[in-house]
Amino acid sequence: MGKVRKGIEVSIAIADAVKQADVDVIAAYPITPQTHIVEHLAEIVAEGELDAEFIPVDSEHSAMSVCCGSAAVGARTFTSTSSQGLALMSEIFFIAAAMRLPMVMALANRSLSGPLSIWNDHTDVMMVRDAGWIHIFTENGQEAYDNTFCAFRISEDPKVMLPVAVNLDGFILTHMIEPIEYEDDELINQYLPKFEMKNALHPDKPVSMGCFAMPEIYTEAQMNREQGVVNSYPRILKAWEEWGNLTGRHYKPIETYRADDAEYCIVTMGSYGETASEVVDTLREQGEKVGLVKIRLWRPFPFEEFRKAVLGKKHLIVIDRAISFGGPGGPVALELRSALYKKKGAPAIVNYIAGLAGRDVSRKDFTNIILEGKKKAASRDTDGFTLYGLRG
Amino acid sequence: MAKPMDQITWQELEIGAVVVEIGNARQYETGSWRSERPIVDKKQCIRCGVCWLFCPDMSIVRASEGHFEANLTYCKGCGICAKECPVGCIKMVSEEE
Amino acid sequence: MDRFSVFSARLVETAENFTSGHRACQGCAEALAVRHVVKALGRDTIIAMATGCMEIISSPLPLTSWKLPWIHNAFENPAAVISGCERGMKAMMRKGKLPQKKINFVAMGGDGATADIGMGSLSGALERGHDMLYVCYDNEAYMNTGIQRSSSTPFGASTTTSPAGKKSMGQNTQKKNMPKIAVAHNIPYVATACSSFPFDLMEKIKRAVETPGPAYVHVMSVCPTGWRIQPADAIKYGRLVVDSCVFPLYEVINGNYKLSYEPKQIITVKEYLSGQGRFRHLTDKEIEQIQEAVTRDYQKLVKMSEEV
Repeated sequence: MGKVRKGIEVSIAIADAVKQADVDVIAAYPITPQTHIVEHLAEIVAEGELDAEFIPVDSEHSAMSVCCGSAAVGARTFTSTSSQGLALMSEIFFIAAAMRLPMVMALANRSLSGPLSIWNDHTDVMMVRDAGWIHIFTENGQEAYDNTFCAFRISEDPKVMLPVAVNLDGFILTHMIEPIEYEDDELINQYLPKFEMKNALHPDKPVSMGCFAMPEIYTEAQMNREQGVVNSYPRILKAWEEWGNLTGRHYKPIETYRADDAEYCIVTMGSYGETASEVVDTLREQGEKVGLVKIRLWRPFPFEEFRKAVLGKKHLIVIDRAISFGGPGGPVALELRSALYKKKGAPAIVNYIAGLAGRDVSRKDFTNIILEGKKKAASRDTDGFTLYGLRG
Repeated sequence: MAKPMDQITWQELEIGAVVVEIGNARQYETGSWRSERPIVDKKQCIRCGVCWLFCPDMSIVRASEGHFEANLTYCKGCGICAKECPVGCIKMVSEEE
Repeated sequence: MDRFSVFSARLVETAENFTSGHRACQGCAEALAVRHVVKALGRDTIIAMATGCMEIISSPLPLTSWKLPWIHNAFENPAAVISGCERGMKAMMRKGKLPQKKINFVAMGGDGATADIGMGSLSGALERGHDMLYVCYDNEAYMNTGIQRSSSTPFGASTTTSPAGKKSMGQNTQKKNMPKIAVAHNIPYVATACSSFPFDLMEKIKRAVETPGPAYVHVMSVCPTGWRIQPADAIKYGRLVVDSCVFPLYEVINGNYKLSYEPKQIITVKEYLSGQGRFRHLTDKEIEQIQEAVTRDYQKLVKMSEEV
């Protein structure tokens, strides 16, 4: 296509995507490692490159509250946070989804306290797993840039009307300079329609949002929400299909690499996929029939696509980036075990939790995990989880 | 006209459980809460509107003859109108009578 | 009299933006305050309301008492939510996505939502200078959840979490001065009001929304249920709280204090407190303490009003 790929910090690219999407309101509170995203947004608003209201709020709780107010009047809304910020705003995070308020969040995945850590893992996003947001995971800068647009498209779709989080690993992606191809404004304008919100707050057509529910009606309200999340699935696929047609870059809920003829697979979510794919190549050369399964869409979970990719395999090595204390192990392994329960041809699942709070997981580590995991699967040692790299 | 709360199906709820029928709370007739009701002496009423102004339930209305009286569909019988009437022409009378 | 545009009940706007069928207690002066406020605001208004008495009684799914655009999001954030509505509209109007229209952006919350849990988001909204109004309906406790104390509960009041007992005199801290805190944010308009003085209240609401920038109006809302008085006496006690100078009515316009109302006959604090079940345990000494503080604070306020 003759487009220019520039080396640019992923945070800056995301901010530029927000600019190209012609966002109306940005409300965010600074927290490592999201700071560069909001700083660059403040800069481009200050320079007049983006006509938007940049609201430097007093807390993340207020950030999400401001976003709810902004979305409620039908303005295109963006925010970004991580870890403790997500925890603080979690009350409103759930409410934003319940009230079906479209908005996009760049969630720079960072470890939850305690102990305090600014580095990357998925404990923050797993905390809000049940909130009802749509979650997309990205593996590199290009995906983060692209999916920012897809996120607005999906979120504001009248058949979806749900907030969308674009997850990117803190520091590993946010602070990395990567080669990213920018799309033209004309293409973006073609891809993103004007945001028209059905029941937006306006004196010309008053509505009441956020009425409380008695036990007699709460269950029905929740089912209405569940269907909303489930019904968003075909619209997400459509949004990705159209992006693919326009740019040549196609995204799918489950993406595989050399998995079709693999005997067993490693499963990742987020930036680990890139390193894992290189290790898959190396191990293949050594005769291992290993493949890679990457989860791109976390919520709504793509059950059919996942089963299609893995049924018939001998075992899966699932790499989690979070732990549920006193529970069954990593949240992703838990979901996958559940997705495969009693299904014919379901592979065994070996769960590794690795790279908590940004501890490096190198190619050698991946190799160890894959080969160790293979041994565990062979000896049927598949219960629970292994905390990789633990000293002691 | 909204269906009773315990008959609404999940499909009938508006997206985000938004209520688009503004002011439909009027379906709920709070008059059943009363244990006493205000009786206005039409002849003494000076049509000042003070009772209307101070009713927390907006349930004092202007009668066709010009005086003010309670809208018994909603009147909760709080007695503010009787207390505040400058000429004392409103009396609270037990519902049983 | 000349500063009021309306001073007769018969001249007040008859259209109601808040309908009957709401589930407030009999004699709720807070519901009455809401009625007056939204009458004064008019149809071109968007309201963000905190969780609390007024939100619960007015919005049980699938019914609503609201005829204005209204959003309830959570407890401690109406100031932040309305900030988002205000800026969202501003951006869309500026960018031509919506036609220009003057809309009042109003956040409403009780004393708990305002002085306690929502302090942070209120302070942030006032500091950021949004063109908005924040109305605090102060019934002096967390009434919706069962009369628990808030930082706005007055000294000596008995609530369920500051009960009077053998070892306690009830609330033993002073009521947080929210109007003063609002003034400290250097906003152009702050006022106190009470639903027993409806013309004054409605006038102040109109003035608040006409003032560009943030405005804060603190409305004393008598709660017969929580204060343990007869419902029929709600308006009477609203007059007593003002006439005893426990809750004086004033405005602060660009930092300058202006008394709205000077009682012809200042009544004693004792007359105000007696008759309220929440104060019946107070000793004469404690009542005297309260009287001294009230007199002192009122004199300070009068002095500030006289400064030009």
